[in-house]
Amino acid sequence: MQSLIRRPSGLRRDPAPSRWAYRWQRLWLTPVWRFGFRVVLPFAALFAIGFAVWTDPVRGAAIRGQITQITETVQNREAFMLTTLAIEGASADLADALRAKLNVPLPISSFDLDLDDLRARATEFPAVADAQVQMRAGGLLRVVITERVPELVWRKGDDLILLDAQGHPVAGLLARSDRPDLPLVAGAGADDAAAEALALMAAAGPISTRVQGLVRMGARRWDMVLDHGQRLMLPADDPLAALDRALALDGAERLFDRDILAIDLRYGPRPVLRLAPYAQAQRLQALGLIQPVESTL
Amino acid sequence: MSDLYQSQRAMREMRKAALQRGVVAILDIGTSKIACLLLKFDESASARAIDGVGPMAGQSNFKVIGAATTKSRGMRFGEIAMMNETERAIRTAVQAAQKMANLRVDHAIVTFSGGEPRSYGLAGQIEVEGAVSEQDVARVLAACDVPDLGHGREVLHAQPVNFALDHRSGLGDPRGQTGGNLSCDMHLLSVDAAVVQNVLYCVQRCDLELAGIASSAYVSGVASLVEDERELGAACIDMGGGATSVSIFMKKHMIYADAVRMGGDHITSDISKGLGVASAVAERIKTKHGGLIATSMDDREMIDLRGDTLSDIADWDIDSRQISRTELIGIMRPRVEEILEEARACLDAAGFDSLPSRQIVLTGGSSQIPGLDDLASRILGQRVRMGRPLRVQGLPQAASGPAFSSAVGLCLFAAHPQDEWWDFEALQPAYPVRSLRRAVRWFKDNW
Repeated sequence: MQSLIRRPSGLRRDPAPSRWAYRWQRLWLTPVWRFGFRVVLPFAALFAIGFAVWTDPVRGAAIRGQITQITETVQNREAFMLTTLAIEGASADLADALRAKLNVPLPISSFDLDLDDLRARATEFPAVADAQVQMRAGGLLRVVITERVPELVWRKGDDLILLDAQGHPVAGLLARSDRPDLPLVAGAGADDAAAEALALMAAAGPISTRVQGLVRMGARRWDMVLDHGQRLMLPADDPLAALDRALALDGAERLFDRDILAIDLRYGPRPVLRLAPYAQAQRLQALGLIQPVESTL
Repeated sequence: MSDLYQSQRAMREMRKAALQRGVVAILDIGTSKIACLLLKFDESASARAIDGVGPMAGQSNFKVIGAATTKSRGMRFGEIAMMNETERAIRTAVQAAQKMANLRVDHAIVTFSGGEPRSYGLAGQIEVEGAVSEQDVARVLAACDVPDLGHGREVLHAQPVNFALDHRSGLGDPRGQTGGNLSCDMHLLSVDAAVVQNVLYCVQRCDLELAGIASSAYVSGVASLVEDERELGAACIDMGGGATSVSIFMKKHMIYADAVRMGGDHITSDISKGLGVASAVAERIKTKHGGLIATSMDDREMIDLRGDTLSDIADWDIDSRQISRTELIGIMRPRVEEILEEARACLDAAGFDSLPSRQIVLTGGSSQIPGLDDLASRILGQRVRMGRPLRVQGLPQAASGPAFSSAVGLCLFAAHPQDEWWDFEALQPAYPVRSLRRAVRWFKDNW
């Protein structure tokens, strides 16, 4: 039944908290509980929900598909697309070969492109010393090639190989006459000592016109082969000094103009000359060790 | 007795734990209001003390961080009459104080004025050899012969107030002094055991641990008497709602305490009965227009008996009676006189007249009645003053009036409790044979 007397409203009959309200407030004032309830619990709940949805086979897959789709939409925007491949610093043949090797399916999104991989693939070419791969504005994929410069021709068995200053093979060569400007080296391990060979060729100075080439002996030391079948046998250690010495001898004694088969410089203190048979006979005759043979002609 | 000794020691341990945590609740369970103060103890402040006297005389190592007062319920004469109601009132106060401090409190120190406190002066005497040790103090305290307290009484305070060594008396601390005959005087305050049990139970039901319990007569004296008064001898009359407690201090120790089972609530009920109004209206009239000395002007000052708020009585709109203030004074004065006469009787019984300084300090909520100092000096003696509690750090202005002197005194009690009998180690007979036996037993137990 409705009360006839209007009870005063807005007046709290009992200001005392109930037992449980009191306990609840005290619990809230406990720092550990507060932190747990306000920080740990929400984070744990969020994490649990996220984990549950993500591992759910249907919803998780849907969400992942959505994410992939959005990612692709963004990545395939016009601004991120590469349309042109420009190869710079390479000869035309090398550029064509690189284009075939890199095999970039243009147009391609810059997100799908692995520049490090491209660079590794470009530098796999023997003729390429270094490559820079850059993405430029306007959809330009720019590959700047530093080509190896052939400095030597290496005769390896029946093949002729071009070597650069560091001894890296650059390309094959069909005939020696294709690159007559480059010095010739031969012998196993010649590529490893390419720098030394170049230094020797540069130091050959006055006799450079007579030098046929260098032969690596036992992958250890060089023989300098001159025309007329002369050989300059250089030591394994410090061949440049030995060559300088031989050139000094040549300057003083005109050594290389004489009838000599080989000059052996391997033992530093004592160069050994190998005379041609005629010169040998002449020498012995001059020493009076043998009698001159009367020519029957 | 040993049971009480153990429980009091347990309370002291609890107090230590509370100080370690740094927060303790002060609960003044009175008949008209329940006050809860939250104290935060700060060890660094006490570390600043120089020569044992810190700033604010060592009372600045705590701070009041929460204060709440609520109307008391279920209390009569300073005793719990309805447990549930009182528990709810305590919960209200504690919750509000916790909310203000934004801190949870687990330990409470409680004061109440009921339980018919009775004082006893005890004396003990022992022989000592050489310097007095702490053991000797414990022994002399134990040597005090406890009188028959009566059935269902329990010791609330047992404070040593004086030590005498041979012919030298008035020693505060006899430890380390040399003599042959150590005697001590102890002041023992006993209260009704059931009342204490009710208070303990009520506090426990509020999920609080009891860290101490004190008589309101003692703590209000601590708060409102100044140092000199406590030294030279003074009485503190704490006029509360349901009980008026009387305590006498001498040489900085309480030497007597008693309570008159009358207070401000009785004045209110007199007004209510005399004028035929609701007690809420009577309370309002008392606090707003109350007085004790009538003048001719009071005849012309008319007071409406109508309730101000809607909640008072149903006939608020038809009750248009008016009384003069003289009539009101005529109702209030006999009751106040009666209370003061009773207090006077207590003081006379304690031999207050023989003290060197007969200063009387009136405090408590009912001491705010205008004209009380005039009336009190006629009944109690010339040296009467109104007392307000000491100022403690962080106490809100609303809680610094005389009504809060026992709460403030309890704060001081919590920070610096008086040494009591149970603060000294229990008597251990120090026989060498026994200790040797204990050592042997320890070895046996452990190997």
